[in-house]
Amino acid sequence: MNHWPFIISAYAIVLGGSAALTIWAWRSMRAAEKFADKVTRR
Amino acid sequence: MHVFANPARFLKIARPATAWTLALAVPLILAGVIGGLFVTPRDYLQGESVRILYIHVPSAWLGMAGWGGLAVASLMQLVWRHPLAAVAGRAIAPIGAAFAAMCLATGSIWGRPTWGTWWEWDGRLTSTLILLFLYLGYIALASAERERGGEGRMAALFGLVGAINLPIIHYSVLWWNTLHQGKSITLTGTTIAPELLWPLPLTLFGFTFLFTSVVLMRMRAELARARAEARLRRSATT
Repeated sequence: MNHWPFIISAYAIVLGGSAALTIWAWRSMRAAEKFADKVTRR
Repeated sequence: MHVFANPARFLKIARPATAWTLALAVPLILAGVIGGLFVTPRDYLQGESVRILYIHVPSAWLGMAGWGGLAVASLMQLVWRHPLAAVAGRAIAPIGAAFAAMCLATGSIWGRPTWGTWWEWDGRLTSTLILLFLYLGYIALASAERERGGEGRMAALFGLVGAINLPIIHYSVLWWNTLHQGKSITLTGTTIAPELLWPLPLTLFGFTFLFTSVVLMRMRAELARARAEARLRRSATT
């Protein structure tokens, strides 16, 4: 059995999942901090 | 730990720590992944599928460590009522759940060519699946309590009680007859050959830094939202 399709799938899940988590958390942090700064400056 | 309970003091440390942990995570993960995929030899027994180990073990570690952190935050929330403890618990839960899910997915993918099955209801796999369900339960409970304006004490209690599952996962390979292999790495040594082992600490530390960075991002986001809400409430009343 060729193991490489299994290896590629596993790495795609973990690397893709980690990247998606990081981008999602980063974008929501930036948006929340930007909004909080805007509100406090008002 | 009490020193960091003040949100202003926490943010002073969290702002640079978010960037630093992310900056450490990326090269460590890349080096570990390149080493694990292209440099290490194939295992004499498992063949090429051994390469999944370099991402499966960090996912398993962070799924469990995440609940460990959540349990500590829950304890701090229940005992000392630290304002940041509930924020930390809510920030950790979805990230821990994601790593527990990735652990189950990579384990299942590894199991197909190695064991000949995608899934087996043995102690280690079942207790890890329970961990994922516990995370989902915590997320639902914490969200429901927050919507009702509660302090999240029920969720904290759930976080503390759920920690019972951690030793069950850890010792499941010793307590029950299992398809999952026993402990390969202990405090005193390892049964993994050095030429196969070296990328593992790189991905372990790399993903741990990434986890820390993402949790800090989520905590900062929640604190910023709370700051904005408080300000808006104040302006509405004046």
